[in-house]
Amino acid sequence: MNIVVCIKQVPDTAEVKINPETNTLIREGVPSIINPFDMHAIEAALQIKEKVGGKVTVITMGPPQAETALRDALSMGADDAVLLTDRAFAGSDTWATSYTLSKAAEKLGADIIICGKQAIDGDTAQVGPEMAEFLDIPHISYIRKIEDIRADYIRVQRLMESGYDIVESTIPVLLTVVKELNEPRLPSLKGKMAAKKAVIKKWTSSDIGADEDKIGLKGSPTQVKNIFAPEAKTGRKMLEGTLEEQIDALIQELRQLKCM
Amino acid sequence: MYVMMNIEKCTGCEECLSSCPFDAIEIREGKAFINENCQVCMACLSACPEGAISEIEKEEPVEFDIQKFKGVWVFAEQREGKVASVAYELLGAGHRLADELTTELSAVLFGASESEAQELIRWGADKVYFSTDPVFEKFNDEPYSQLFIQLIRKHQPEIVLAGATPIGRSFIPRVAARLGTGLTADCTSLEIDRETRNLLQIRPAFGGNIMATILCPNKRPQMATVRPRVMKRGQYNEKRTGEIIPVNPDGISTRTKVVETVKEISDIFVNLQEADIIISGGRGLGNPQGFKLLEKLAGLLGGAVGSSRAAVDEGWISYSHQVGQTGKTVCPKIYFACGISGAVQHLVGMQSSDIIIAINKNPEAPIFNVATYGIVGDLYEIIPLFIKKIKELRGMGESGSG
Ligand SMILES: Cc1cc2nc3c(=O)[nH]c(=O)nc-3n(C[C@H](O)[C@H](O)[C@H](O)COP(=O)(O)OP(=O)(O)OC[C@H]3O[C@@H](n4cnc5c(N)ncnc54)[C@H](O)[C@@H]3O)c2cc1C
Ligand SMILES: Nc1ncnc2c1ncn2[C@@H]1O[C@H](COP(=O)(O)O)[C@@H](O)[C@H]1O
Repeated sequence: MNIVVCIKQVPDTAEVKINPETNTLIREGVPSIINPFDMHAIEAALQIKEKVGGKVTVITMGPPQAETALRDALSMGADDAVLLTDRAFAGSDTWATSYTLSKAAEKLGADIIICGKQAIDGDTAQVGPEMAEFLDIPHISYIRKIEDIRADYIRVQRLMESGYDIVESTIPVLLTVVKELNEPRLPSLKGKMAAKKAVIKKWTSSDIGADEDKIGLKGSPTQVKNIFAPEAKTGRKMLEGTLEEQIDALIQELRQLKCM
Repeated sequence: MYVMMNIEKCTGCEECLSSCPFDAIEIREGKAFINENCQVCMACLSACPEGAISEIEKEEPVEFDIQKFKGVWVFAEQREGKVASVAYELLGAGHRLADELTTELSAVLFGASESEAQELIRWGADKVYFSTDPVFEKFNDEPYSQLFIQLIRKHQPEIVLAGATPIGRSFIPRVAARLGTGLTADCTSLEIDRETRNLLQIRPAFGGNIMATILCPNKRPQMATVRPRVMKRGQYNEKRTGEIIPVNPDGISTRTKVVETVKEISDIFVNLQEADIIISGGRGLGNPQGFKLLEKLAGLLGGAVGSSRAAVDEGWISYSHQVGQTGKTVCPKIYFACGISGAVQHLVGMQSSDIIIAINKNPEAPIFNVATYGIVGDLYEIIPLFIKKIKELRGMGESGSG
């Protein structure tokens, strides 16, 4: 089984701040991590390999620094890593990103592609399903359990609003995973050594045969017009008095606001 | 369309060379290569023993005439045959946009009955495209996206909205990918730029730390998924009439099958994204029984029960209740945070709630920074007292438990 995992290096969102004067992101000093959902995608791929055999390749599209994310994945046990890096990829929205990743997955001859449910920087959750459409393969979102997997068949549990669905698919297929699926393993010492020495393939747009009109800024239908700080929440009110008085005051307020 | 050679699969066996009537295949460095003579006749496809040759559908590079696209569309999702409430919110938002653009509002409904379609009209749709085909009863990405793509190609709306629900966020990206247009996820506000008629799609990013305005200026339709519970429903008018247009899926194929739908928890306690009131508990509950207390309050107020990740990790409640960065994003009218410290990963999932009520023993807990009302104290004293007071107020005795 040829398994490809798409991982993204993201800033640790808890630390991202906006500069209120310039309305731009302050990225300096913000640590980079592998998108948390993608850690579960890597773990899922390793488990599938352990079960049915095969090869796990991690890919990422990003700047040269994203190599560290790939090495982290290799240290967990991935077999191979590809960095898609090219100036021409800059400014990609989800459409162009998915197109680019799908070209790479095609070149790798992926049977199973695993993505995180969403990346925590943009929270779009669009790249996985869009890739599947570009590749003309089925996808199943929000996988919380893999019940069965064979060479040409997979059965999974898909997390939905008030429970889950059991979904079957043929392979090739693309999966997006939620954190409930598994507990990502820690890198082993051996893995760390191997990751340090590994040669990471670097592919540009011509390596994957991408159509220039479909990548980067040019291939991106959406544009960010501006970014701004969210409105500050107003009216913080600590209630006072005995507990009973506080509760009375709360009920009073809620009734005034017609919430009760 | 064009023909593609997968060089990873090609063994250089040369079988394909003679199959080509146009001399378009040559061997380069031991691999077959398709040159510019190719007329896309597909004769070589079956000649390759490795299956390395395939046809690729290439989007025609149409000159995009965005003026041709007219009308606002709303995808009305159903669950178990009932239109989800987010659809009515989308109609409210869609109506406002359609009015500004002086155009029509249409809804698309798959897998529900005509009476549900009628409801959509009463809530503001001028037209409803709908299919009762059983293939749409349970949500399945491929049939949903295929028919939706067909309809959009045929009728060319300028704006397409869907709920940012598990369903919308799963299949709408396929639609946008195929149509070659932009999609903005999880919008919390939508406006029209009067000059250009562009849709201004406003959404939080970086875990809610910033807001971004997204445009799709050169492609149509402009597509967005919209966060449930942020848009106002429109006016319900029982006498409103409109056109109901049955549509049939044509040549739909699917490789996935939804075998079973399993409900884990009763709707009242889990449908977080649609609840007006959410009572959430965290590690401060101390034990799983704490959630019983919260359920009691939820039952009384008609709310749903949420939780922090810590409570899920402790195994006190299932993951479907989790609010926050790796759980659900909610924005009810009232959010109760009981025994939740207010870690940033929790805050990003609930800080846009209208009213936040924090109950915590620790006056320094960061949850109080976002709270509209804060009560410092033991939740096991406060909540029972609160329940008692509400019951008294409603003239319910101890027996009239909710
Ligand atoms: C990548 C990542 C993603 C995450 N995603 C999420 C997410 O989606 N959602 C989420 O919630 N968290 C998430 N977290 C975890 C988050 O950082 C916090 O650990 C978590 O929210 C803490 O939960 P808590 O507030 O219930 O627990 P605690 O932080 O332990 O707080 C318990 C609170 O209860 C109070 N308390 C105790 N007893 C009582 C009592 N009797 N009465 C009143 N108050 C009492 C205490 O004063 C304390 O403030 C994530 C973390 C990471 C690293
Ligand atoms: N630049 C990228 N490189 C590799 N994988 C990505 C990239 N962007 C997104 N992904 C994958 O797509 C998933 C969803 O991302 P998003 O649509 O951005 O929320 C992520 O969890 C990754 O698995």
